[in-house]
Amino acid sequence: MCGIVGLFLKDSSLEPRLGEMLTAMLITMTDRGPDSAGIAIYGGESAGRSKMTVQSDEPETAFADLAAKLQDAAGGPVNLTVKSTHAVLDIPAGSTGKVRAALNEMGIRIMSVGDSLEIYKEVGLPKDVAAQFDLAKMSGTHGIGHTRMATESAVTTMGAHPFNTGSDQCLVHNGSLSNHNSLRRKLRREGIHIETENDTEVGAAYLTWKMQNGATLGEALESSLQDLDGFFTFVVGTKDGFGVVRDPIACKPAVMAETDQYVAFGSEYRALVDLPGIETARVWEPEPATVYFWSHNDTPTATEKAA
Amino acid sequence: MQTIDLSKVGLRETNKMLQDQSADTNQTSWEIVNPRGSHAIACGLDAPIEVTIKGSTGYYCAGMNQQATVNIHGSAGPGTGENIMSGKIVIEGDASQYLGATGQGGLIVVKGNASSRCGISMKGVNIVVQGNIGHMSAFMGQSGNLVVCGDAGDALGDSCYEARFFVRGKVKSLGADCIKKEMREEHITLLRNLLDEAGIDADPNEFSRYGSARQLYNFHVDNAGAY
Repeated sequence: MCGIVGLFLKDSSLEPRLGEMLTAMLITMTDRGPDSAGIAIYGGESAGRSKMTVQSDEPETAFADLAAKLQDAAGGPVNLTVKSTHAVLDIPAGSTGKVRAALNEMGIRIMSVGDSLEIYKEVGLPKDVAAQFDLAKMSGTHGIGHTRMATESAVTTMGAHPFNTGSDQCLVHNGSLSNHNSLRRKLRREGIHIETENDTEVGAAYLTWKMQNGATLGEALESSLQDLDGFFTFVVGTKDGFGVVRDPIACKPAVMAETDQYVAFGSEYRALVDLPGIETARVWEPEPATVYFWSHNDTPTATEKAA
Repeated sequence: MQTIDLSKVGLRETNKMLQDQSADTNQTSWEIVNPRGSHAIACGLDAPIEVTIKGSTGYYCAGMNQQATVNIHGSAGPGTGENIMSGKIVIEGDASQYLGATGQGGLIVVKGNASSRCGISMKGVNIVVQGNIGHMSAFMGQSGNLVVCGDAGDALGDSCYEARFFVRGKVKSLGADCIKKEMREEHITLLRNLLDEAGIDADPNEFSRYGSARQLYNFHVDNAGAY
């Protein structure tokens, strides 16, 4: 069992409250996942710059002179904002490849790469993780969160969700994949880096691999319905919005709510009860084997895939 | 009428108060406010009382119900009315998955849609849904009636025994050993009574009946491919 929450704002006046609303939703889902928690938040981008969220178990030493050390690899100014065990690197656009290589050499973990996305995740109760990173104070256009009750692999920072799948893309998962071992071997042969024994990381790596081979995120999600065996409700974050897909059996719960101000996702209705105007919101369950997308750029889409 | 603010009184205390009502209680009308999607509200009731929940509920609302009437003025979470024995549950909104699972008696009415696995393993409960139902509904249904005024999803009545299914709209697909059956006068009468009891205005003549082909009751090697 795990808990998922997601919030996509249509009304920009709510953006300063995104972190606060998402944190409250996340904490409500504590009894679905008390092991670890994480949040992916899209806080906006600056022209000509990219963002990387990094993590270290020894942040004092690892982050002390990290900005200076990365200057050469980045080929320009690097700004670093430390938040507990995580730090957000603000680097010149186009330098993420070289910075990633430099970080790998230093043994610093990369949580996310993109222009707008930041990911924070740690082991512990959702309320403690939220306080550790001061998530309630964050603003943004949209974000997704996850509370984990581990079934398939160890309770570690790297086993926590969300998983970064590509630039400005991330994935959270409720369920369990049963063909993750064979798929991990296949993806590793294809040269995809997979760090842990976690099933969701394989799901994330699968999407990354599909997209590296030319699929759009929507296409990658549709093919996941064929290639992933097991139970899943996935919520994916993109630069412009989020998407939802459930396996054809759809035993992992999902509730959505939409008003003029937002689209919200919760594993349970409980997670949504404090959102403004929820009493009059359109509330429904997403259909099985159907890919849904909400984007700030496009009109909402739902693509049905035969089970 | 007794009003309970669930957010103040708490779930255990609320359920205890309701469960403590005896067959001859004079406190027959209860209202629960601020349910906030909580789990297991009004479970295990066994008295002729009427409980109205003002808002949406979470998992397992009104589970194991006997005698009581539970009205949900909102939508209901997974497993609502699980193993209902008797009494009545009326959901004004939608119902999530496995509504009335293993229910042995009583009536469940959904004014909106019901999700997947509606009436799974039903054993005598009657379920009337004004909207649509999801996939794998009435899987292994043994007895009772499932009435759907809208459409049914994939694999309706898979591996069913003697439960009856009445669907007014389309059935996306029938499950293993579930077939369309003749609608006889006795079925029209049965259906009319169920719709009347549910308070739903629909013409029984517009429905089709589905049920077991009785080919999978016992293992037969020729059926191995169907399992």
